[in-house]
Amino acid sequence: MLKISKTDEIIFTPELIAKFNEILLRYPEDKQKSALLPVLHLVQAEYGWVSTPLMDKVADFLNLKPIEVYEVASFYTMFFLKPQGKYVLEVCRTGPCCLVGAEKIMTHIEAKLNVKEGEITPDGLFSWRGVECLAACGMGPVLQIGPDYTFYENLTADTVDDLIDRLRLTTVEKAQII
Amino acid sequence: MSERVKVTIDGISVEVEQGTTILNAARLIGGEIVPPAMCYYSKLEGSGGKCRTCLVKVSKGSEKDPRPMPKLVASCRTTVMEGMEVQNITSPEVKEARKGVVELLLINHPLDCPVCDQAGECHLQDLSYEHGSAATRYEFDRRSFERRDIGDKIQLHMTRCILCYRCVYVADQITDRREHGVLGRGDAAEISTYIEKAIENDFSGNVIDVCPVGALTDRTFRFKNRVWFTKPVDAHCNCDKCSGKVTLWYKGEDVIRVTARKDEYGEVESFICNDCRFEKKKTSDWVIEGPRKISKHSVISANHYEQLAPPPVIRKNPALKEANKEQFERVIRY
Amino acid sequence: MGRKLLLENINVPGINTFEVYRQHGGYRAVEKALKTMSTDDVVEEVKKSGLRGRGGAGFPTGMKWSFLAKPEGKPRYLVCNGDESEPGTFKDRFLMTHIPHLLIEGMIVSSYALGAKTSYIYVRGEMMPQIRILERAIAEAKNAGFLGKNILGSGYDLELYVQPGGGAYICGEETALIESLEGKRGNPRIKPPFPAISGLYNCPTVVNNVESIAAVVPIINDGADEYAKVGIGRSTGTKLISASGNLNKPGVYEIELGIPVEEFIYSDEYCGGIANGKRLKAVVAGGSSVPILPANLILKTATGESRLMSYESLAEGGFATGSMMGSGGFVAFDEDQCIVRNTWNFSRFYHHESCGQCSPCREGTGWMEKVLHRLEYGHGKMSDLDLLVDVAKKIEGNTICPLGDAAAWPVASAIRHFRDEFEWHVSHPAEAIERNYGLARYADPLPKAETVAAN
Repeated sequence: MLKISKTDEIIFTPELIAKFNEILLRYPEDKQKSALLPVLHLVQAEYGWVSTPLMDKVADFLNLKPIEVYEVASFYTMFFLKPQGKYVLEVCRTGPCCLVGAEKIMTHIEAKLNVKEGEITPDGLFSWRGVECLAACGMGPVLQIGPDYTFYENLTADTVDDLIDRLRLTTVEKAQII
Repeated sequence: MSERVKVTIDGISVEVEQGTTILNAARLIGGEIVPPAMCYYSKLEGSGGKCRTCLVKVSKGSEKDPRPMPKLVASCRTTVMEGMEVQNITSPEVKEARKGVVELLLINHPLDCPVCDQAGECHLQDLSYEHGSAATRYEFDRRSFERRDIGDKIQLHMTRCILCYRCVYVADQITDRREHGVLGRGDAAEISTYIEKAIENDFSGNVIDVCPVGALTDRTFRFKNRVWFTKPVDAHCNCDKCSGKVTLWYKGEDVIRVTARKDEYGEVESFICNDCRFEKKKTSDWVIEGPRKISKHSVISANHYEQLAPPPVIRKNPALKEANKEQFERVIRY
Repeated sequence: MGRKLLLENINVPGINTFEVYRQHGGYRAVEKALKTMSTDDVVEEVKKSGLRGRGGAGFPTGMKWSFLAKPEGKPRYLVCNGDESEPGTFKDRFLMTHIPHLLIEGMIVSSYALGAKTSYIYVRGEMMPQIRILERAIAEAKNAGFLGKNILGSGYDLELYVQPGGGAYICGEETALIESLEGKRGNPRIKPPFPAISGLYNCPTVVNNVESIAAVVPIINDGADEYAKVGIGRSTGTKLISASGNLNKPGVYEIELGIPVEEFIYSDEYCGGIANGKRLKAVVAGGSSVPILPANLILKTATGESRLMSYESLAEGGFATGSMMGSGGFVAFDEDQCIVRNTWNFSRFYHHESCGQCSPCREGTGWMEKVLHRLEYGHGKMSDLDLLVDVAKKIEGNTICPLGDAAAWPVASAIRHFRDEFEWHVSHPAEAIERNYGLARYADPLPKAETVAAN
């Protein structure tokens, strides 16, 4: 159980609120709870994970009890209840992908990043985990990276290396521009 | 008046109102043909269907459509139809399935009734006694959690929980604000408040009464005494929050626990408020009505004070048997 | 070449855009339905086509539609199930990615038939790119007057929205999907009531798979009779098969129902044989939930007939010697694959994806996974095999939703057909970690039918 001390008040940006409001239009009146999953996705895309204060804020916005949000966020595996690396490499580890080498890919990623499943690299850039079937069995092994859930298919050790190096480089370049 | 339909359960027919579930029809008949229920609770809307202990076989769907139902159904959530025929204890298939469900309910439940405060009034204990196996086939570590105090009156020991969801329904339907719920999923699901929090409201104590196992217990009573050493007495008071109708559990002269009044299926007659449950522990707070009747199958009756079962020596001796005839017959009737 | 009803234009450049899709005959079904057919006509046509639900259960779509309650003053909903998560199945991803307008056209026609004014496409959250593709396609269709108010001047209004899931296989079960769409945990509902009476927001609701909805388009365009001409017996039309595993050409194929399994695996038109010159050991024919079959039983039925890709032929022999069409997730295993490891993997999947609501599934899936794990890693016992069969039996049929069955079948069938291999894992634990049991006799010709019958 988490011990929470009151953190600084979170303020959703007007852009985010506008997106929430657009989503709310999809459902009948007083069925705003339906917006919970799409709203949580947007929040996670913005903040990298869904902290308790964020969930409380979402509950407040959708007029729900906080526990309703905790229940939902903890049910679905896409929502991170703990901080993650900037890039979370999610590798499919289910049967069909394993027939074509998914387990080797995961071992390779572990060695390349030098962190265990669920851990974050010291530079804060990467974490990785095995996930269940991503419905791309014919293109296996596959991995995805949020928040856009960009998809990488037919992975080999080399393509994984390239991908990680490229992501690292992009981040460094971006940092230099700023 | 709504239409009545006839349903036959294990060969016994009963007429019930349309919309009645098989389980409630069976309860109207009573006795051993009533399926056990660990999650269904008639006073909580939406409850039931989850534990699967009340599975029964519908061997005839209805007069109109006599086809049997393809699978066993949860009797607590299946409504009767005119002419329906149901098999519970007369179906080997049902007994086998129930045995399986009990085994599965127990694989992650600690087998330590002797040190559990719920022992003696635990539905899972009764269930496994009646339908379970003597030995476990499960050879892995059992799921366990730390004990947590949710407020100063209630303790949650998730290790014992069977995820019946009753306490969640109580919080939704009886209290004014639900603070706890089911988090996570699969066998990692747990009852929790997520963030450390006390559950504080006038009716929160009812989660203790609806819990079929020792997952939610009364901190003011925990390990004070074994329930079979206590004497239940019905009492009432004028309460502006609830009905004020309770059962007091005496140890000697002292009220050591207050609960709602429970029927033979473990369901409360009416929910009570936390003041009645936790704050009124003196006899002078109450108007005493008399001893609470407890099923003779319950271990609580082991310490019966209403009547004494004739000791074996009487049963074996015809002269003594004759001399104690009246008492003897009364016991046999039960 | 087999006939293509859904993927005919899949290779046309730009077919994912409204303009190109329309140029190639797209949205004709909407025009035909809204301008020339009554809602009942459309339902009748789908019924007559014999289309069976493509999500896995194979329930006749038209019949499902005709069960929809139509009480006064209550809205009705059509929800498309795009929560594709069944291991081995990726046809809906393919369809939504490459030809999104086919799904949208199907949604418009189907919504019209059911009298839905608001419809949702529930897509699993991991498919964010597909969600964006669909949202863009919806905007295009709306812009062209095929969605929104008074579509094509017919007086029919329809709004179509895409809803993301959050990562839960169970939301592919229709009532769990509805719960999820209502913003709740994906716990399947206890039925009855069925969604047709009380579904989304307690209103009458139909939930259909992506491919089922897409198939409505050719049915309306060409007519039910024309559609039913394709296929075999009660397996009418075409089916998208997701082929994966150790195949030369894995991918999504549209087949006419009824082609031989052997042709599907080995012909160049489809999978092109087993990769790397290996031999076929086993096949899961309809997604991970259906029973696995050894090579000899997937190519021929126990009676020696050639097995066909149809609902009936794949199920021939019951679970003793047959399997199921399921969602059409066709996974091929070559001789180097370990059945024990794969069964453990599938079992872990179901354990991970169990919602935890009902006790047999919550507890039983974890138990099976643990036993299979120890078998795979050389700590198993002979008695574990019967234990697994028994636990599977105690889950099967006793749960709220079919996930329990889906978890039990792969385990029970793997032990049924590959018992030798499991026993070898117990008797030769060290060797089982080093090497594979191999093809063994799993591809040997079947004993004559009489012998099978005598058993």
